[in-house]
This record gives sequence, C-alpha cells and structure tokens, in this order.
Amino acid sequence: MGKPMRIRAKADNGVTTVRALMAHVMEGGQRKDSSGKVIPAHHITDITASHNGKVVLSAQWGSAVSQNPFLAFSFKGGAAGDKVALTWKDNKGDSRTDEVTIA
Amino acid sequence: MKRKLALVALLASSAMGLVHADAIEDGIAKYREMLQDGNPAELFEMSGEELWTTARGPKNATMEKCDLGKGPGVVKGAFVELPRFFADTGRVQDLESRLITCMATLQGFNEAELNKTGYAKGEQANVRDMATYVAGASREMKIATPQSHQKEREMYEVGKRLFFMRSGPHDFACATCHAEDGKRIRLQGLPNLTGNPGDGIGFAAWPAYRVGNAQMWPMQKRLNDCYRQQRFPEPKFGSDATIALGVYMGVNAKGAKSIAPAIKR
Amino acid sequence: MKKIIPFAAIGASLVLSGCMSTSISSADADKLTAEVVKTSFQDKGIAKLSRLEQDEANRLCSAADVAGKPLDAATAKAIEEAQMKTIKWPSDGKFLGDFKAGEKVAQSGKGLTWKDKAGATNGGNCYNCHQISKTEMSYGSLGPSLYNYGKLRGVTDPDSPASKAIVEYTWGKLWNSRAYNACSNMPRVGHNGILTEAQIKDVMALLLDPKSPVNQ
Repeated sequence: MGKPMRIRAKADNGVTTVRALMAHVMEGGQRKDSSGKVIPAHHITDITASHNGKVVLSAQWGSAVSQNPFLAFSFKGGAAGDKVALTWKDNKGDSRTDEVTIA
Repeated sequence: MKRKLALVALLASSAMGLVHADAIEDGIAKYREMLQDGNPAELFEMSGEELWTTARGPKNATMEKCDLGKGPGVVKGAFVELPRFFADTGRVQDLESRLITCMATLQGFNEAELNKTGYAKGEQANVRDMATYVAGASREMKIATPQSHQKEREMYEVGKRLFFMRSGPHDFACATCHAEDGKRIRLQGLPNLTGNPGDGIGFAAWPAYRVGNAQMWPMQKRLNDCYRQQRFPEPKFGSDATIALGVYMGVNAKGAKSIAPAIKR
Repeated sequence: MKKIIPFAAIGASLVLSGCMSTSISSADADKLTAEVVKTSFQDKGIAKLSRLEQDEANRLCSAADVAGKPLDAATAKAIEEAQMKTIKWPSDGKFLGDFKAGEKVAQSGKGLTWKDKAGATNGGNCYNCHQISKTEMSYGSLGPSLYNYGKLRGVTDPDSPASKAIVEYTWGKLWNSRAYNACSNMPRVGHNGILTEAQIKDVMALLLDPKSPVNQ
C-alpha cells in the first residue's frame, strides 16, 4: 500500500475541481547510480478517479512525470458532500486509493 | 508587409534589451506562482503529524507531551516563537534541536546519535517530517522570536557577528549574499536578512520543499548548505552557531507572516 | 499615594531595562562568538577548521560590518596596500589566454566545498554575481555588469601600451580584488588559490580580447 495522498475537491457552478498530491518516488528508469548501473524504473503507470462509481478520469503515466506528482483536473457534475475516489497503480504492482469529500 | 514585420522585429528586439532584467524577474515570479498549487511539503506534514501521535522509541511514547516553548503538547504557534530559551536544558534552542530533546527525554532515543545522523537518514527523516508538521501548524502567523531572556539577547549578538563573519577561501559571509535589497545570485533572488524582508520571505519561508531535488529542507539543512556554498567547514547539527543565526534572522523578521512549509525551485 | 508612585517608577524602569538593553557588551559578545565558533564546526572533506581563521583583512571588514560603520580611510588604505603586495603577475608576461576557455571558467561554480575533491579544477563562480556575455541570461546582480568590458574601456589591442593600465588593473583585480577595494565582496581568485594562472589568463581574454563575445 502506497503512502497517503493529499486530495482536495471543490464544486463550483456544476463543475468539480480536484487537486491531488501523490507521494511517489517516480523513478524514470533512465538514471544511473554512481557505479554506472541503471536505477530501475519505479513509477505510477495508471490513475483512475471516480465519482459516485463513475470513472471521471483515467490516465496512463510514463517516466516523464516528476517525483511527488501533483494532479489537478475538473469534471462536470459533483456536489458538496459527494465522494471522489482516486487510485494509482505503479509498475511494481503497488497501489493506493484515497477518498475525498467534495467541499 | 515585410517592412512592417522588420520594424516590429527591430522594436521588439531593442525593447527586449531595455526590459531584459525586468523580463527575467517577471518570468521568475510567474514560475513561483505556478509552483504554489500542490506543494509536496504537505505530504511531509502529514507524515510528521502521524509521527507526533505515534508511540515510538525505547520508551514507547508519543511526542504529545513535548514542550516546544508554549507548554507541553502545544504545537500551534510554537514555530513562530522559536528559537527560544528553555529552562530544562538551560539553553536557547531552535525547532529541530528541541524536537531531538523531546525524542530523547520522552521517547528514549539517543541524542548524540540523532545529532550525528546525516540529513534525511534514519531518525533524521522523522525529525524533518515533524519539523515540517510543527512549522505548518503556525501557518500565516507572525514571526515573534523572543528576546525576553538574557541568553536570547546574547544569541542575537552572536548570530549577528556570525552573519558578518567573512572567512574561507572565498572570503564569504552570510552577508556577502544576504545584506542588500534586490540582489540575486544567477537568477535566484536573495532576501536581505539584516532586516525584515517581508511576509513569507527568508526566515519566514523555511522549512521548504525544493522542487529541483525533491527534498524537504528544514532550517538546519538550509544553513548547512549555505555554509557548504560559503566553503566553510561543516556546522554541527543543532550547534549554537546555527541556533544563533536563527535568532538573528528571526528577530530581524519580527512581524513577517510565516508561510512554512513553503515551496522553492 | 506618594509611597506607591516611586515603587511603580522603579518597576517601570526595571521592565524597561530588561526589554531595551542588549545585556551584553560588544567585547563580551565578540568573546562569546569566538567560543561558539570554536565548538560549532567540524572538518568535512577538504573543508577544514583552519578555514575559520580569518586573515587581518577579513577580521577588520567583518568587524566594520558588525559595527555598521565603514572602515576609516587609513585602515582601508593599509589593507589595500598589503593586498596589492600579494599580486603575482603572469610568469611569462602574457596576460591573455583563450576566451572560449574563459567562458567555461566563468560559468563554473565548482570547487573547494566539502563535496569537492582535493586537487580538482575549480570554477570562477563569475556568473553567480556578474552579467558577462550577451547571450547568457542566467546571471547575478551582486556585482556590476561586465558586458562589453574591454570595449567600454577602449581596449582595441590588449598588447598596446595604451591598454597596459587597464590590462594590469584587470589582472590585479582578478588576482586580489581587495588590493583596490579593502572590503570588496569579490573572492580573491588568485591569492586564495581558487583559479590557476592559466585560468585567470582565460578569464582575462573573455573580458579583454576584442574578439571575445563579451566585446561584440
């Protein structure tokens, strides 16, 4: 189980904006250590966000996203009190899901 | 059309020359604005908060009875009144050295070991996270570094002398970079720390998350790296020199709003 | 009533002195600082405790900064004369090297920290404080702009007698900046062994060679 995310969601005029900070090392797999060996890739590969059971965002990430990534997105719908769930999966099979109540 | 384009290009290039320096400063300001949203420091804050309430160490105790200057367990507002004198240790302490005092007395960790441990290694990673949490609990509060105790006033004078101490192969002092308004090193703006540089600047902006190396830097690490760049030998963790500098900067910044934990390039 | 007022006055003056006095004389603060310096640092890598020993120039300039008053003219002059004596002129009489190499020296801030290895090549740190060429936008403002350095000073032929004074001043300033300004913030790149003679010649070319991008 990955480290907890920090998520905030706000509904305004029929549009909900979600801002999420994820704790992840996001090692791209291209860097070499001091002895010249490649540091193996360890990064988030899939993201899914859902509202009331419906998927509102799905993303496939590669090696270009930086450490401790910040994701912000909006979707039509959502009201204060509703729940939004965010899940990430990484290339080592680790995952993390956190929920937030829309403000 | 060609002549018009050429004229516009000429005006644009000469205008660029004139506003060269301003364009650089504007660009830096825009980049900083973009960084504000989603500060990874909050992840360290969350970790620190959890550590605060978790029973750990040989004594299996939490940090909830730790006295950061405003009474045992009072976290909110403590950060902006540090460094300060503590009667139980008889010395002026900053946030990180005080966290170590509590980790030793409440949780049974070895103080000397903690001080010798390198940045972000072992228990020092937990000191970093708790420092971030405690600082965040004083968000937007005004810096109010105390000068009511004799030793606090003495440390201010020591900090001032250290600030201006030029030495090493480059003859650098803190003052070499931080004693004038409006200066920058390469493109990095340098706050004037001999006075109050304003809300959320200088002393009021650390601990901070550095995007460039994805590291969370509390004040001890910031001072350590300053001395490294100054080509000085290494300041010991929690040493009087580092605490005195905190007193000097804090007292000078009296009234500035703390934005810690902040985010930097 | 008459008895109460004196007490209040004493109380008020006690509170006043507690808040407003510095509680420590300047001399005692100097002593305390010296003790703090002694116990607060440790050797690390090539950065040894001996680096904490200030030379006379640094001791005086630092004290002046603490006091908030510039050095008096006589003391400043004495420092400048002493620093001037340390300048080592080029061993073969040639002042200019290669400006392309000079740009590399100016760009590099490497060297002499506790993370650096002994004997490694150091950089001049120049762009940290100065604007130098037109194309490099990442420059600092701690020192004056050096863009068009040679051109502005009318140096069309650095080897001519007309340029001798400027060439020598520039060499001297690089070797030991304090020879011309007792408390200059600029590191003494020659005197303190930051740059080699060859590197300084390359920086000289960057600044003074009419073909250098700095002078276009």
